[in-house]
Amino acid sequence: MLERLKEFASEFFVTGDPLIYGADVAIGITMITIVTVLTYFKKWGWLWRNWLTTVDHKKIGIMYIIASIIMLFRGGVDALMMRLQLAMPNMDFLHPEHYNQVFTTHGTIMILFMAMPFMFGLFNVIVPLQIGARDVAFPFLNALSFWLFFLGAMLFNLSFVIGGSPDAGWLSYPPLSELSHSPGVGQNFYIWGIQISGIGSLATGINFLVTIIKMRAPGMKWMKMPMFTWSVFSTCIIILFAFPILTVTLALLFLDRFAGAHFFTLDLGGNPMMYINLIWMWGHPEVYIVVLPAFGVFSEIVSTFSRKKLFGYKSMVFAMLIISFLSFFTWAHHFFTMGSGADVNAFFAVTTMLIAIPTGVKIFNWLFTMYRGRIRMATPMMWTLAFIPCFIVGGMTGVLLSVAPADFQFHNSYFLIAHFHQVLIGGVVFGYFAGLYYWWPKMFGFQLEEKLGKWAFWTWNIGFYVCFMPQYAVGLMGMTRRLSTYGWDTGWWELNFVSTIGAFLMGVGFLFQVAQIADGIRKYKTLKASADPWDGRTLEWSIPSPAPEYNFAVTPRGDDIDEWWEEKERRAKGIYPPEQPLEPIHMPKNSSIPFIMSVFWFVAGFGFVFGWLWMAILGLAGVGICMIARSFSYDTDYYIPVDEIKRTEASLRGSV
Amino acid sequence: MNKKPRSLIRIIIPVVLTLVTIALIVWPMLAGGQYVVLDPKGPIGASQRDLIVISTILCAVIIVPVLILSAVIVWRYRDKPDNKAAYEPNWSHSTKAEAIWWTVPIIIIGLLAIVTVRYTYDLEPSKPLAHEKAPITIQVSSLDWKWLFMYPEQGIATVNTLNIPADRPVKFELTADSPMNSFWIPQLGGQIYTMSGMAMTLYLQADHEGKYWGSGANFTGEHFGEMRFDVNATSDEEFDNWVAEVKQSSQELTTEGYKALAEPGTSNVAYYSAFPEGLFQNIVTKYVVDGQSAHSKHGTSNEAAGAIQSATDKSNQDEDKSAN
Repeated sequence: MLERLKEFASEFFVTGDPLIYGADVAIGITMITIVTVLTYFKKWGWLWRNWLTTVDHKKIGIMYIIASIIMLFRGGVDALMMRLQLAMPNMDFLHPEHYNQVFTTHGTIMILFMAMPFMFGLFNVIVPLQIGARDVAFPFLNALSFWLFFLGAMLFNLSFVIGGSPDAGWLSYPPLSELSHSPGVGQNFYIWGIQISGIGSLATGINFLVTIIKMRAPGMKWMKMPMFTWSVFSTCIIILFAFPILTVTLALLFLDRFAGAHFFTLDLGGNPMMYINLIWMWGHPEVYIVVLPAFGVFSEIVSTFSRKKLFGYKSMVFAMLIISFLSFFTWAHHFFTMGSGADVNAFFAVTTMLIAIPTGVKIFNWLFTMYRGRIRMATPMMWTLAFIPCFIVGGMTGVLLSVAPADFQFHNSYFLIAHFHQVLIGGVVFGYFAGLYYWWPKMFGFQLEEKLGKWAFWTWNIGFYVCFMPQYAVGLMGMTRRLSTYGWDTGWWELNFVSTIGAFLMGVGFLFQVAQIADGIRKYKTLKASADPWDGRTLEWSIPSPAPEYNFAVTPRGDDIDEWWEEKERRAKGIYPPEQPLEPIHMPKNSSIPFIMSVFWFVAGFGFVFGWLWMAILGLAGVGICMIARSFSYDTDYYIPVDEIKRTEASLRGSV
Repeated sequence: MNKKPRSLIRIIIPVVLTLVTIALIVWPMLAGGQYVVLDPKGPIGASQRDLIVISTILCAVIIVPVLILSAVIVWRYRDKPDNKAAYEPNWSHSTKAEAIWWTVPIIIIGLLAIVTVRYTYDLEPSKPLAHEKAPITIQVSSLDWKWLFMYPEQGIATVNTLNIPADRPVKFELTADSPMNSFWIPQLGGQIYTMSGMAMTLYLQADHEGKYWGSGANFTGEHFGEMRFDVNATSDEEFDNWVAEVKQSSQELTTEGYKALAEPGTSNVAYYSAFPEGLFQNIVTKYVVDGQSAHSKHGTSNEAAGAIQSATDKSNQDEDKSAN
């Protein structure tokens, strides 16, 4: 009995690697600390009432962002481990098997559990405020989406200490990800972690589409919407069509592994190439999903910090809609070398290049927003200005990659790695950082000090170029991706060594950001932010920072693109809007069901990972019961009385 | 008084940082390694290099001015009290200007698209190369984690090393008995996937004798990083001598030997004086269920598709034989 238990434990827990034991200890200590602190300060009730059960879009947004920054840390540590392993030839820091796990989790976490939640966090905090709404269309669903994402991400991360991490690459091409080549549970963690959070992503996409279509302030016609809201709208359209493909693809892969199906196996009529097509039919739109909101953030910031109207509003809108349409017709450029023939390759090469046109137009419009403006160098604007040249160059290498016959030489090399990191870091990460810095005062009610922020900015940026420019070069020297080591005879080590220096510089940049935030939290009382610290242009700046739970005491109007800017100009001329009477505000009630239901999904996922059907059924039954419980609960809303609104407004306005 | 040294520092620090960054980026690019992609030794690689250069120039035509323009705009319109540049907070539309920056990218991308499409057809991997000498056929199979090269015309086989005659087209027929890999010899030309259950065709040619780097470019699991091979391009005569030597001094690759070789694991360089007949076709048709065809039309020329068809017939014959 004891022997069997030992055997089970040695397979169940990841053993044998001192790095992982170290991480186990760190995780353990962190958990104990959190529990102790919460207990000592008697904060469990606060945590449950104010956060775990909340349906407030602003709090959900903050939780998304916190989760994504933790994931950025984990993905970043993965990246640094890889760079350390590649710093010198013949390094023995990571065994190939371990290296394969590290790049797999790095990619999966950075795209799905860092970029996506960061983006959803910004959606959540800002979209309702920008369109003058009190919450999203479906607040309960919104909370559910968050918890599904969070527990999906936790399930994926659990593979680090239990069962073993996936190691077939971030897109898990079969047959490598099939039972035949990955018999362990790592791939199951991959499938279920993504599936569970994927339901949340799809629901969020639908939620924000409905919110934007139905809940805009009176007067806010389509072509009067702020550009960030437009970018969210375009992204949600892509989510709506792309995420179901991912769900189906992973479901089929799971059937292969779990039920002995042969969709993507080599034998019995399966076809791995089908998987590669399907996963990229989601995977390529996915990169536009994450980059379009960044474009929206830049549009807001460029306009605000140049004190000028956004140039070419209509062009910007059409450019984004064209990109979201074209994003579905480029997927095969990820495998020009599969030999689909010249017709197919020519088609996908041209569709890919076409995307450069609307993107180029957007760059011109940003530049001409600054032209004849007055550019203030605050941190959000600095990240935006760093984005422009970075994205121009990254976009150009993307166009080079789209030239199908030339891609035969770039494909799978470090040239490709450098390209997509340049557009994903230079575009997406810089964009979300810019957005976080820009809307930080609105989220938390205090400003971050600029000095540490500027240190972070410069180390990040210098680190970025030092890290990735050499990778273009080493790609042209023939170095391919996912190599866990290389020899002295290759001539690659100088470039790799420098690249590692750059990666660590970016790590230092991240530490500066953490320090900046910690410093801000320590001094938040002295750093209180006004309602409109940047001299903003859109509706979110018309209400106090942080926004009260009901957002707007009276429903605003949205007659202009820069409604708040126009309003400020009117007020400067002495024209004030007529006083509107306060009315009780209809609000959704908190609910514990999203959290509990997601925990059941986690249980079900864990059961499927290990093939323990009893546990999976238990989890799914719990999910079902939660759904039934929700459909029979009628006490889901309440009204905030006028007195309370008056009190809240007085205290918020009084304090700024 | 205090202001002057401070502003000096404000200039010196970024300048020093920029120089350090540039030095860090440029120094290793000049040291050591060889830019194999930009230093082709065969016609396919050369065309691809040309295409890379053409597309880079076309892109540079637009991005270099834009980069300069960005710097100028940011500098000129920065928010300084004494900045006398124009400020027009409501200027947000100009049909003429926007027409220009819709049109210019359309023209550039249009040109690039034309070039790309032409090259895509010209450089279709399965298209034979024009040359006075007939191509030599080499069959390639990627295994976990090694490369098997079969020379059907010479009757020999090698592992993790490839010898070819220079100045003569090589017709590679490629498949895999493992997860999908990618066969890449940068100095001869771009890569192509090796996939189980299908045969791909790739024509390459080395114009010069020499030793070239080759590797498996697509991830296939634990030891995929060790799937590299040297390509020795030699004169016809040396190639023939080498073949003769392999024939004399090496052992035969038997069917059992192949089974052992195909097991997951790494391998040293190896030479075989012979290999089982139809081995390549058997690998390609390994997963063909009776009455079904392989994915024969997938991405290969009709010629290669025909090859698979005949291979299928052949394997059926083999089965008949063994049944007898």
